[in-house]
Amino acid sequence: MGPRSTEERLGWLLSAPATLVTLAVAAYPILYAVWLSLFRYDLRFPDQRAFIGLQNYLTVLTSPLWWESLMNTVVITGGSVSVELVLGMALAILMHRALFARRTLRASILVPYGIITVVSALAWKFAFDPVTGFVNPLLNVEHAWLGERWSAFLVIILTEIWKTTPFMALLLLAGLTLVPPELLDAALVDGASRRQRFFRITLPLMKPAILVALLFRTLDAFRVFDTVFIQTRGAQGTESVSVVGYQTLITRLNLGLGSAVSVLIFLCVVGIALAFIGGFGTELARGEERG
Amino acid sequence: MRDRARIVRLPASLLLLLAACGGRDPASGRLGWYVFDERSGSFEEAARRCSDASAGAYRIEIVPLPADADQQREQLIRRLAAGDPDIDIMGMDVIWTAEFAAAGWILPWQEEPAAAVSAGRLEGPLRSARYRDRLWAVPFTTNAQILWYRADRIPEPPATWDAMIETAQELREGGRIAVQGERYEGLTVFFASLLASAGGRVLEEGAGVVQEEEGSASEGAFAVPRDAQGAALEGADSGVALSPQPTREALRILHRLATSSAADPGLDRAREDQARIAFESGDASFMVNYTFVWASARQNAPEVAEHMAWARWPAVLPDRPSRVTVGGINLGVSAHSPHPEEAFEAAACLASEENQRIAAARAGLPPTTAALYDEPAVRETFPFADLLRETLRDAVQRPQTPLYADVSLAIARVLHPLGDLDPGAGALRLREAVARALRSQGLF
Repeated sequence: MGPRSTEERLGWLLSAPATLVTLAVAAYPILYAVWLSLFRYDLRFPDQRAFIGLQNYLTVLTSPLWWESLMNTVVITGGSVSVELVLGMALAILMHRALFARRTLRASILVPYGIITVVSALAWKFAFDPVTGFVNPLLNVEHAWLGERWSAFLVIILTEIWKTTPFMALLLLAGLTLVPPELLDAALVDGASRRQRFFRITLPLMKPAILVALLFRTLDAFRVFDTVFIQTRGAQGTESVSVVGYQTLITRLNLGLGSAVSVLIFLCVVGIALAFIGGFGTELARGEERG
Repeated sequence: MRDRARIVRLPASLLLLLAACGGRDPASGRLGWYVFDERSGSFEEAARRCSDASAGAYRIEIVPLPADADQQREQLIRRLAAGDPDIDIMGMDVIWTAEFAAAGWILPWQEEPAAAVSAGRLEGPLRSARYRDRLWAVPFTTNAQILWYRADRIPEPPATWDAMIETAQELREGGRIAVQGERYEGLTVFFASLLASAGGRVLEEGAGVVQEEEGSASEGAFAVPRDAQGAALEGADSGVALSPQPTREALRILHRLATSSAADPGLDRAREDQARIAFESGDASFMVNYTFVWASARQNAPEVAEHMAWARWPAVLPDRPSRVTVGGINLGVSAHSPHPEEAFEAAACLASEENQRIAAARAGLPPTTAALYDEPAVRETFPFADLLRETLRDAVQRPQTPLYADVSLAIARVLHPLGDLDPGAGALRLREAVARALRSQGLF
């Protein structure tokens, strides 16, 4: 019992109000959703509500639609996050090394991220429209992009990349600025090439920032809804898990089944977060101690 | 000390502002009419006329809903399930009657007023507003699809779908047929019309009816289909009709159309508007669509409009006239309305003949009162008035079940995309999917 633990206790007390509010606002809906998912509950027939245990989960997990949408979501997540990482890194380096108009450059790169997702999804939907869009004449093809599964995926992933690469770039830029320039200078003096400096010094030192950026983006990309809903409404086999949840919960007013879908999405997201933190938590901790 | 006072004042004043915003005085005699935003203003006009005619008893205020029927339903059911007292009158799509009635969200008309508002209405729209022998809404406007074609390219309109596909394939220019092939309600409408024209139906008579007695708690089913005597229909397909012959015929035509050269490249994403655009641009010489395209073509593409002709929706079987599903708007009264008597009166007024005339003239929405089709003004708006009346006389209903939303989703999912449809296997999958939908099972 020393000064350290009273300080800790004071810390807990001071943050208690905020923690309690967050728990109430965030935890209550989650717990309520879990509770609802144990019932057969259709809002159109509220009197026929009945407790059925885990049967809703069984229905969801044995439905081919769920697994197809899960795969779709993984495709969209993997496709968009991987490209965003590379592009975001390139943009971050650009912003870091800009010789002039640094602030304007940084601000203008953030514009796509500032546009509302619905607006950007619509804009790209119109761009890829086979009759009125500009993409077909530009590429000299006659293709109904959103009419086929894989080209629709391409459009959705492209829209996601266009929209959130700036966010990645911003997070990576923050990591980039933390790399001590003396290390790079020393390496330059020692005769390291640009590639070696980037891959042997910059990247390893940026690992915590990269992991944070990846974690955020993957969690967000897994819950993609706006883009898919606006561009294809989930048709052509491009449904993401969130769209399935929406249709079950809001279009069909099936609270039991829809809550089961929501809880499963939540579990997947928690799984992703744990995988990142658990798998690379040591990296993050090391980064914290040094930074 | 002063800073602290300032810090308290700001949130306090914001709270007061919020409190002032919410809550409407329930005694004000305001009736909320939730209906889609009719851009020519005919609904506003109707609301104003009926408010004036009430001599101060009530004032109808329109709360606009999205243009898309699915989105209108989403906006409404959320509020209805939560018991929102702000809704008094609703502009309901004809397919919602069973669902809203079974869920207890709308009030049925009493015998006498029901007889009064039903008098003189066309049979198709009237049946769409009835469920289990009661009237749940008053038909306001109606709609049905007819065949539109280019008279300068085709001398004689085709009588059947097969003939139309062949004719379109032989055309040198504009050889496309504009239909609705996206995965949405319009696809269900298309299929239901083809099925009805082939002599089939989706559900058995009386199937898909929700029973009030709770006897199926252990079965995991919401609506156990029962026959006329009330006994539960056994078997995996209870309630589903979809006889093999008509179903396969309908699917064959869908598949043939989608794989022929007459299919629009954007078929899988085509709704009514895309079909209209294809016709107006000259790419399509045939189109099946609602009557709004007539006014649209006159306004947007006069060169096309001058050669635009109409005919009955193509038949499926050469000896059997086509039957299409009926659409339109019925006006229902919300069960949570604080002024139900005024709402019934207002709804009856809104659906009266004069307001139907205004809706027809300004918005191009066909009326539901049969006599109006003989009036010169209506016949001028709809030169095809006789064809429309005949079509509506023979029109069929889409499946009238409280689970229609699920059934429609199931059908659209199995059918889409039309190019991949296999008539034999597709018919089987359709039966299974609709049966599952009727038991409210499965993730769609």
